[in-house]
Order: sequence, then structure tokens, then C-alpha cells
Amino acid sequence: MTKGERGKTSLTPWKKTRKPEAFPGVRSLNGKWGYLYVAPFIFMFVVFGLAPVLYSVYISFFHWDPLGSSNFVGLRNFNNLLHDSDFWLSIRNTFSIWGLSTFPQMFMAIGLANILRNTRLRGKSFFRTILLVPNITSVIAITIVFSQLFGRDFGIINDILSWAGLGHHIDFIEGVIPSHVQIATMITWRWIGYNTLIFLASMLAIPNELYESASVDGATKRQQFRFVTLPQLKNTITFVLIVGTIGGLQVFAEPQQLAADGGSSKQFLTLTLFLYNQAFVNNKYGYAAAIGIMITFIVLIISTVNFFISRKISNDGTR
Amino acid sequence: MATKLKQPRWRRVPKRNYFLLGVIVFLSFFPFYWMFVVSSNTNAEISKSPPSLIPGGRFLVVAHKVMSAQGVYFSRALLNTFVVGISIALAQVVFSAIAGFAFAKLDFKGRKGLILFVVGTMMLPSQLGIIPLFMLVKNLHMIDSLFGLIVPALVTAFGVFWMRQIIDAQIPNELLEAASIDGASVPRIFFSIVLPIVRQSGFVLGLFAFLAAWNDYLWPTIVLQSPKHFTLQVALTQLKPMYGLDYGLQMGGAFLATAPLLILFLFVGKKLVTGVMDGAVKG
Repeated sequence: MTKGERGKTSLTPWKKTRKPEAFPGVRSLNGKWGYLYVAPFIFMFVVFGLAPVLYSVYISFFHWDPLGSSNFVGLRNFNNLLHDSDFWLSIRNTFSIWGLSTFPQMFMAIGLANILRNTRLRGKSFFRTILLVPNITSVIAITIVFSQLFGRDFGIINDILSWAGLGHHIDFIEGVIPSHVQIATMITWRWIGYNTLIFLASMLAIPNELYESASVDGATKRQQFRFVTLPQLKNTITFVLIVGTIGGLQVFAEPQQLAADGGSSKQFLTLTLFLYNQAFVNNKYGYAAAIGIMITFIVLIISTVNFFISRKISNDGTR
Repeated sequence: MATKLKQPRWRRVPKRNYFLLGVIVFLSFFPFYWMFVVSSNTNAEISKSPPSLIPGGRFLVVAHKVMSAQGVYFSRALLNTFVVGISIALAQVVFSAIAGFAFAKLDFKGRKGLILFVVGTMMLPSQLGIIPLFMLVKNLHMIDSLFGLIVPALVTAFGVFWMRQIIDAQIPNELLEAASIDGASVPRIFFSIVLPIVRQSGFVLGLFAFLAAWNDYLWPTIVLQSPKHFTLQVALTQLKPMYGLDYGLQMGGAFLATAPLLILFLFVGKKLVTGVMDGAVKG
């Protein structure tokens, strides 16, 4: 096999110069090996990735009980879902937690990145590394610590609040917004450093000339940030928002650890917790699969909207 | 390099920025410190107002309690988590490097369409396929076994895509061309040229896979049923209902489950930072 390859190699450099855009790889290598090399991945991907997704769509048309019988019900699962108040409640909760964790975090991450990019900052690499520490800890350990810190009677956060003059203790579990704040804090604590590094990386990639010409034009530091840095971060902001949306729709462990049913008035029942409970507590596979499909729709809609907004901004010439 | 030299435009860093970063460092570490404080004090000391903010002397007692808690196999869970994390990390690095190399450098039919399709599916949320995946794993008799965690995670679309980008960026085509003209076969080129060059990046990918496996909770809690097979995250949740409001025990468990990662982080933290920042520019 290898002998045959060698025979072909002499011609290939010419071909490459003719059509550089068609294939960026190495022409002199026998491409047939490619099939063998991607085979294990494709096999695993189809079996454990693609097939379950497709089968999920199939299941969602059934009343599917893993212990009993399953019968075809058409779109009834989706219809029931749209009339299920828990579904709407979990959408409200998911989006509330998502908003509380995404936007403050993004502002802070951009601000931090803007501090960290200064080349005259001492201990740069130390600060960058420390930022990633929260990201390596597990959700369960975080939930244990934060639910103690946010405790109603003995939590430090309530101690600080009452020291600051708040007359009563806040119940960060029973209150709707307080419980969302608690969960959003855990998410923010865990991801802010990671996102700061993402913003920092794309800030460092902005060409210096842009700042130079801006300062020649008399732009202040603040104006440079507003008219040079922010527009250049547009793609990264879109990226972080989309990844954050996918992550936000997957929030599960934090609410489940606070209360497995999502709270006494389901005040922090999230979409994924709802799905999990329908599937693995109530054994309603078809119904749960329908929830999964709705979650996917939401991700796709938000990503598309996001994409078009960021494209529109660049077409408007903000760049 | 040239751009780096002309950077005198940076003003001195204002003092308040150092203060702010100091606050961030404090907030990043406080929860870990607090785990230790709570688990080394008595409940009474933690419940008073203001609570004790310095570690007490009970940590070893609590650690022993965690390790020997009835029905919780904590040290076994530690071992399980290591086995799962290392298996997944090794498999992902090997499979991703092989497939990433093919996607970056080898010309075969359907290459472009395939990679686009795979990247497209990365947008799908993972819970979409979770029920059929559970049914599949059940049919393969891997429920309540570590194989049920390892096998579905042997290779991911993200890993392959990541390695493809790395190999594309770090290995010039000319190098491989020269090697093939010298008569090296494709497997030879992969093992003696590509692998050594991407070793560092592969290590970072492995680290991320290891951390993700260590911290995963949703899938293990679905797949595992008996306490002997639990991973740390699932075992941690056991400490809660069994002992009611014994914060010390839970926090001790959380600390013991996190400490190995913190120690690991001491050695690899910088590499992880590079990994995140490299991925960002390409992504």
C-alpha cells in the first residue's frame, strides 16, 4: 500500500498550487487512510450521539412507558406539554436564572479582561490562573457550599446583609427571585473566570493599529473601549451568549440539590430538572423526550436570533 | 513580536484595579476555605452569629466520618472517579487525535461534509438524546457499571474538532509532505511526527476531559444505582439526606472531593489557561 502512495507523490505539489482552496491538507498522503482514521469516531458518534437524538424524536410521538406498553399518540405529548403549567413555570425559571447569570457575568468578565490585558499589570499569569480555579470544581461541592453561605438562619450572606442594615433575613430557597439569585450566583462564580479568559484572548488579538489611529484621532481611553474594543468583541460576545444559552438550558444539579422537585412552589424547577423528573422519576419517556425537543427548539431559535442581530450590527457599520 | 514592542500606550495600572483583582482572588478561594472552616468546626460554632471564620481542629474527625459513613463508599467513589476520568481522558485524546489528523490533513471523499455535520450537531443540547442513550446503555447491560459512564464518552465531537484545529494550526503541510516523499507511511507519519508535535495540546484536551468526567453529575446519577459504583459527585449527594443538617459532614465531603482537583490544578493550571485562551481565538 505504501509503495503505491510513493509513486503518486511527485506530481502533487503542482496540483496543490493550482487549487489551494479545495483542500487545505497534504495531497501527497494517501487519503484512503482517512476512512480508517475517522471510522472509530464516526461509529461512536453515530451510535452514542446521533442515533439517540433521532430516536428521541421518534419516542416523543409515543406514550412510552419503559415498564409497560407504548402506543403511538401523534403530537399529543407536545399538546399536553403546551398545556402543562409546570412546563411554562420551568421556562420562566430557566430564563430568569439564565438572565441573572449571563448578563451581569458578561459585563464583569469584559471589565476584568480589560484590566488583565494591560501589559504593565504585575502578576498577570498568576491572576489568569486563579481565575480558572472555580471552573474546575464540581457543581455538587459548589451547591453544598453556596447553599450553606446562602442559608436563611446562619448563612454568612444574610449576616452581611443584616450588618449592612437589612432588617430581615432573606430566604434564598423559598423566595422565587432570591432562589434564582442563589443559583445564578453559583453559575456566575463558576464560569466568570472562564469567560474572562475568552474575552481576554480576543482582546489580545485586536490589532494595535486600531488603537493607535483612534488615539491619533483624539479618542480617550473610554472612547477607545467603546468604539474599538467592544465592536471587535462582537463575535466573542455572540459566542459566549450562545454557549451560555446552551449551558443555561442545562442547569440541573444546582436546583436539584436545593430541592429535588424544584422547590415547594416549583420556584426553581428548570427545564432540564423537569425533563429528568418526567423521565427518570415518573417514567414518562415520551413526554420527557418532547421536553428535550422543545429545549432544542429554544436553543436553535435563540442562536439564530443572536446570529442575525450580530450580523445586523456589523452591516450597520458599527465596526 | 513587533506589535508587542510598541505598547507604551499602556498607562500604569491604577491601584483600584489591583484591589479589584484582589477581591476576585479572595472570592475565588473563599468557598474552598469555607468548606474547610465548616468541616473543621462544630455546628454550634458555625451557627453562631457572626460565625467562626477560622478553621477549628475537627477536620480529621470529620474526614474519618465521611470515609466511614454508613452506606457511603467514599474512598471507593474516589477510586471509581479516577478510573472513569483517566479512561475517558486517554480514550478521548487518542481517538480525537487520530480523527482530527484525518480531518485536517488527509484527503478523502466526504471529509468536508462530515466535519461540517459533526460541528453542526455540537449545537444540540446534550439532554436531547439522553433518554434513548439510557435505553441503549441499558440494553448493552452497562447500567450500574462504570462502563456505562466510560463507553458513551470515549470520543466526542468537540474533542475531534479541537484536535483538528490544533493539528491544522501547528503542523505545516510541508513537513508531512517531506516525510511522505521520504517514504513514510501515513500511520508512521501520524505516530512519529504528528503525535509528538501535538502532545501538549493533547494533554490539555485530556485534562479537560478528565475534569469534565470528574465533575459530571447528571449522567452518573442516571446510570449508577448501587453506592459501591458511585462516583464522587453522586456519593456527595448521599451525605445530605442521611445526616440532616450536619453541615460539617457535607462540607468535609465536598472538600475531600475537591482537594485532588486543587492539587492537580497547582501543576496544570497554566496549561489549562493556555488551552482556554487558544480555543477562544479559534472559536
